[in-house]
Amino acid sequence: MKLFAVLSALVLVLFAASLLIGPAGFGAGDSLRALFGGQGEAVTLVMREIRLPRALLAVMVGVSLGLSGAALQGYLRNPLAEPGLIGVSGSAALGAVIALQTGMAAAFALALPLAALSGALIAVFLILALAGPRGGSLTLILAGIAISALAGALTSLTLNLSPNPFAVSEIVFWMMGSLADRSFSHVWLALPFMAVGWFLLLRLGRGLDALTLGEDAAAALGIRLDRLRLTMVLGVASSVGAATAVAGAIGFVGLVVPHLLRPFVGARPGALLWASALGGAAMVLTADIAVRLVLPDRDLQLGVLMAIVGAPLFLHLIYKTRRQL
Amino acid sequence: MTLLRLTDMTVLRQSCPVVDKASLKIGPGEVIGLIGPNGAGKTTLLRAALGLLPCQGHASLAEMPVAARARHAAWMPQAREIAWPVTVETLVMLGRVPHLAGGAKPSDADRAAVAGAIAAMGLAGFEMRRATELSGGEQARVLIARVLAQDAPLILADEPVAGLDPGHQITTMEVFARTAANGKSVLVSLHDLGLAARYCTRLILLHQGRVVADDRPDAVLTPENLADVFGISAHMERTAQGVIFQPLSVLS
Repeated sequence: MKLFAVLSALVLVLFAASLLIGPAGFGAGDSLRALFGGQGEAVTLVMREIRLPRALLAVMVGVSLGLSGAALQGYLRNPLAEPGLIGVSGSAALGAVIALQTGMAAAFALALPLAALSGALIAVFLILALAGPRGGSLTLILAGIAISALAGALTSLTLNLSPNPFAVSEIVFWMMGSLADRSFSHVWLALPFMAVGWFLLLRLGRGLDALTLGEDAAAALGIRLDRLRLTMVLGVASSVGAATAVAGAIGFVGLVVPHLLRPFVGARPGALLWASALGGAAMVLTADIAVRLVLPDRDLQLGVLMAIVGAPLFLHLIYKTRRQL
Repeated sequence: MTLLRLTDMTVLRQSCPVVDKASLKIGPGEVIGLIGPNGAGKTTLLRAALGLLPCQGHASLAEMPVAARARHAAWMPQAREIAWPVTVETLVMLGRVPHLAGGAKPSDADRAAVAGAIAAMGLAGFEMRRATELSGGEQARVLIARVLAQDAPLILADEPVAGLDPGHQITTMEVFARTAANGKSVLVSLHDLGLAARYCTRLILLHQGRVVADDRPDAVLTPENLADVFGISAHMERTAQGVIFQPLSVLS
């Protein structure tokens, strides 16, 4: 409970900071007055149409990635699992790339996230068909790897054959992952999918706890493994698919956050779910504030910063784990 | 009251029967040793009886609803998996999962069952240790404690004493005997025929997927059965300290 309070407070503080920090440089008091009571001035517009959706999306994307990472690690009983493993983010990215390449994305504002969501949806059906009816985890990983590889190859093919260098640079930029210039329409598009995903994933705690003893023992404890796996795949696909659709590919959150928080919940995979959800939100908020502070005029992409900070952090974790073995 | 009934249960791997028309019945108050050479089908029989493998014929547990089955039978698999560095107490508490409504906090009864199981396996003082940092034998005892905490009328355990020191092998078998004295039953697969002869009330001998003998230990561990199934000769003697069984040599 103490951890819950600390993480919640951290998310609230970072959310407020995300609202108050930006290139427009308004005072904190003015900003908040404008957010709650302003009428049409520039500062009100910036607060309500730029910073508020951006901060909300940071929280939503962070919760989705953290929660999915914790659920996948718990289900696969492997601390190296991450949301990208089942191929959903790769397929969502492919959908987005096709939307950018064909010019659909320029035709109407939500074409890109909708194409990305369709990509994620197709990936889910493929995974469920490939992984078979019984609740094993090995077939799921193999199916996920195959679909990730295929989505990656098709993305490269799209770039390879693209006649338009501007589209290519746009695609490459998009794939780095960012929360800049998002609006409330992105929030409303992603929120229903994410909410369904969160609801499904947060119900898995008991089953994931039982899986600590292995699949056989968990099944004998009354856990329906086939149902658990289906719930998890749908939950991860729905939340991560929506996150990729609005923010692009943001790595390392789903991998590192559960790893960082595991010692604080006594390694219990069920308790790690909500902890990672809050931790993921805090991490994406922090990174999104950092890209505005580090190089405010160079449009540093969120996914790039996350990888630059995340990879050494992860190496450090591996180093620590190695010493324990 | 019958706790488990298998009727002509057959498990096929491709078209080859791994368990072949096995029939058996378990009533209350028994410690039943499931014996047989490697590959005889012991693990497959236990898993199929629980409904963890598809089978033909009837298995009373496999036909129960999943939640009811989890309260009726506890299962200790051969693979001793502890995936995360949780505390011993947390791990043993997992045995209470079938008794807890979704999301409910453990009650005093759950805590009492966990404490009782931890004490029975001689793990007092280990409650806050991380289960993954214990030795292999200690982990095995923690996992047995988890099965005991489940407090089910029937326990199925796959080679629970493998890898334990002699003292804890005896303690474990005595815990099973006490469990049976309270009206529950234990079906345990064993390779140590000496322990099987001393502590089991009944032995079931499996050979190539078939139940070839199902009787009191001295009626099952006959020289003929040992020669036919295990290909060994052995010395067996009833003494004041109980039955002594010692395998002697491999028959050519």
